[in-house]
Amino acid sequence: MKILVAVKRVIDYNVQIRVKDDGTGIVTDNVKMSTNPPDDNAIEEAVKIKESGKATEVVAVTVGEEKAQETVRKALAVGADRGIHVKADGIIEPLAVSKILKKIVDKEKPDLVFMGKQAIDDDCNQTGQMLSALLEWPQATFASKIDLEDKKLKVIREIDEGLETIEISTPAIVTCDLRLNEPRYASLPNIMKAKKKPIEQMNASDLGVDIAPKIQQIKVEEPPKRKAGIKVSSVAELVQKLKNEAKVI
Amino acid sequence: MGRESMEYDVVIIGGGPSGLSTAIKLKQLDANLNVCLLEKASEIGAHILSGNVFETRALDELLPNWKELNSPIKTKVSKEKFLFLGKTKSISWPTWLLPKVQQNHNNYIISLANLCRWLAEQAEALGVEIFPGFPASEILYNEDGSVKGVATQDMGIDKEGNQKDSFEPGIELLGKVTVFAEGCRGHLGKKLIEKFNLSKDKDPQQYGIGFKEIWEIEDKNHEEGMVMHTAGWPLDNNTYGGSFMYHAENKQVFLGYVIGLDYKNPYLSPYDEFQRFKTHPSIKKIIEGGKRISYGARALIEGGLQSLPQMFMPGALLVGCDAGTLNMPKIKGSHTAMKSGMIAAETIIENIKENKNLSIYNEKFKKSWVYEELHAARNVKPSFSWGLILGIIFTGIDQILFKGKLPFTLKHKHADHETLKPANEMSKIDYPKYDNVITFDKTSSVYLTGTNHAENQPVHLKLKDPNLPINYTLEKFDEPAQRYCPAGVYEVQKENDINKFVINSQNCIHCKTCDIKEPSQNITWVTPEGSGGPKYGNM
Repeated sequence: MKILVAVKRVIDYNVQIRVKDDGTGIVTDNVKMSTNPPDDNAIEEAVKIKESGKATEVVAVTVGEEKAQETVRKALAVGADRGIHVKADGIIEPLAVSKILKKIVDKEKPDLVFMGKQAIDDDCNQTGQMLSALLEWPQATFASKIDLEDKKLKVIREIDEGLETIEISTPAIVTCDLRLNEPRYASLPNIMKAKKKPIEQMNASDLGVDIAPKIQQIKVEEPPKRKAGIKVSSVAELVQKLKNEAKVI
Repeated sequence: MGRESMEYDVVIIGGGPSGLSTAIKLKQLDANLNVCLLEKASEIGAHILSGNVFETRALDELLPNWKELNSPIKTKVSKEKFLFLGKTKSISWPTWLLPKVQQNHNNYIISLANLCRWLAEQAEALGVEIFPGFPASEILYNEDGSVKGVATQDMGIDKEGNQKDSFEPGIELLGKVTVFAEGCRGHLGKKLIEKFNLSKDKDPQQYGIGFKEIWEIEDKNHEEGMVMHTAGWPLDNNTYGGSFMYHAENKQVFLGYVIGLDYKNPYLSPYDEFQRFKTHPSIKKIIEGGKRISYGARALIEGGLQSLPQMFMPGALLVGCDAGTLNMPKIKGSHTAMKSGMIAAETIIENIKENKNLSIYNEKFKKSWVYEELHAARNVKPSFSWGLILGIIFTGIDQILFKGKLPFTLKHKHADHETLKPANEMSKIDYPKYDNVITFDKTSSVYLTGTNHAENQPVHLKLKDPNLPINYTLEKFDEPAQRYCPAGVYEVQKENDINKFVINSQNCIHCKTCDIKEPSQNITWVTPEGSGGPKYGNM
């Protein structure tokens, strides 16, 4: 069994996001980048399945600029066997990413495709679902527990009402929730070994996929700032203000 | 132990200007050497904070073709100003009357963090193995007492010190020579200085705390290449400090403040002095209408030659500000740090190849221009212990008339943790409220640093005596940690009328001020789990 895991390079979750002055996007210069957090869970789960003997190979794939390779390298340092980097600059929309991933799936023929439930930069939460449609494979989204038995996959999903347990058969797409596992640390010797693992590079255009954006982004704005509060001297004043100024009672 | 070990020719601790210059110079001198460099931050540059007006002297020697290598050194200094601030007025001091060390027309305004990222690329291209996210937490010794290498921090330890499921033991990195380049008050450097008695016959080290904010300002207020320094308000005559404002590229200004940690009043809050400074009319008019985009703070060395420890010991060298090579009157340490690393590399090559003792570092250092600079600079900082006015008069005589060649050397008399006066002898300072436009509280400032530490891990700020803060320091000094910490790590909270000392270690921005200023030296800074701490951009 082979598992393909898609990872994305995003702005680190600790960094405060800044909007560009002209509203055309967000500032990415001098900003720390990292692997999208739930993608770390996806890699961890794939590596765990391999360690349990149920999978034989884990391949990490990313789509993005030259430096996106670091994300694949990190996946290799925590146990993926080899990497694929599809080079593409600018904003690559979920539909384009899923079309690229379909091409990679056609070539690699994995039994499972894992990825994070969504990326913390655009919060689209679409790539897994679109890939499932393009491949006509079953999907299990927001997975917080995965049990793999032969060709059956029992998945517990995080849904609004609580937890849902579903069973699907491979080949399948699974998008991973942060509760799925605790990603391991990359140890120093493994980081060194990862430097020697192969990463195959190709251009999105080589795969014959049109990556031109289909969505026009009109403006990016910061959320309005919260206004400073005031101190009231009595309950009566509070009630009066809630009634007449805030008009909530 | 159960730790793996890896052997290198040279192991370097710290990815700042001194460590990276050591690495580059080593590989230039011998491409076959195995060199590795450890960095505690999540990436090179993420823990680097500096003004920075950069003198290229060391870089010209290290990488003479730096202009062709797409280096982030772009903005040449085009204009200089020096202001003495009164409460609302300011007097401009003519630049031709400044000592030569304070003139900057051949220098560049840079982000030191970005310079380090670029130096790391050069080092990696030469074959240096760089490991960000791996703090060196422990020094390893051979049986003969010489330094054998370091061990990296264990990962995956919980608050109580137990191993979590994700536990990953540290690695021993062994070098023929280990180079400590941790920067000011390195936690391993501190141990080495003590163990090998490297500060014998030296004056106590002197420190300052430096703040920096990056502002994006309105076009009409921005003069790319302009360098401005101030002295005076809001500090009184007896407190050493001053500000910098550098107009960098992309409409940014690097705005900062440095205060000597030998201040006496426990009520003084360096952070609030910096915030208050920005409200001065001659500063406010420049940043008004702009936006603050970064904040950070870091301790720096001010002791100079009198306090510089011996930099060699069996099996290891100290370089840069892990020893203390900053040139205080020049307000620059990057070029001297780099040069000290380059001298270390030459020393190591002779040590490994010709079996020469590492003590030759001392002779090489004394013959270098770093020593010459530090020697000429040595009397400036101690003269300010007489107050700002006398300090300036003396510095004028020493630096302009005698060019640093007066036939005597002034001493630093006290360590910074000894200078606080009891709270009941000093007056409280009433700092103005933050307006959230020009001045900000600590919480929103720390938010801008991107600081994070993995939640469930041991507190990395260790108290020798956990009861001392409440039983002694609170009573005698009104617990100054609440004020000298630039990140709000330390708080005294009242719970059922009982005072409690709280350490919010996840806020720590790794400045080391507590380790320096705590009056009883009760706080020890140790390395947290790898990648923890700030995530500075172009600081």
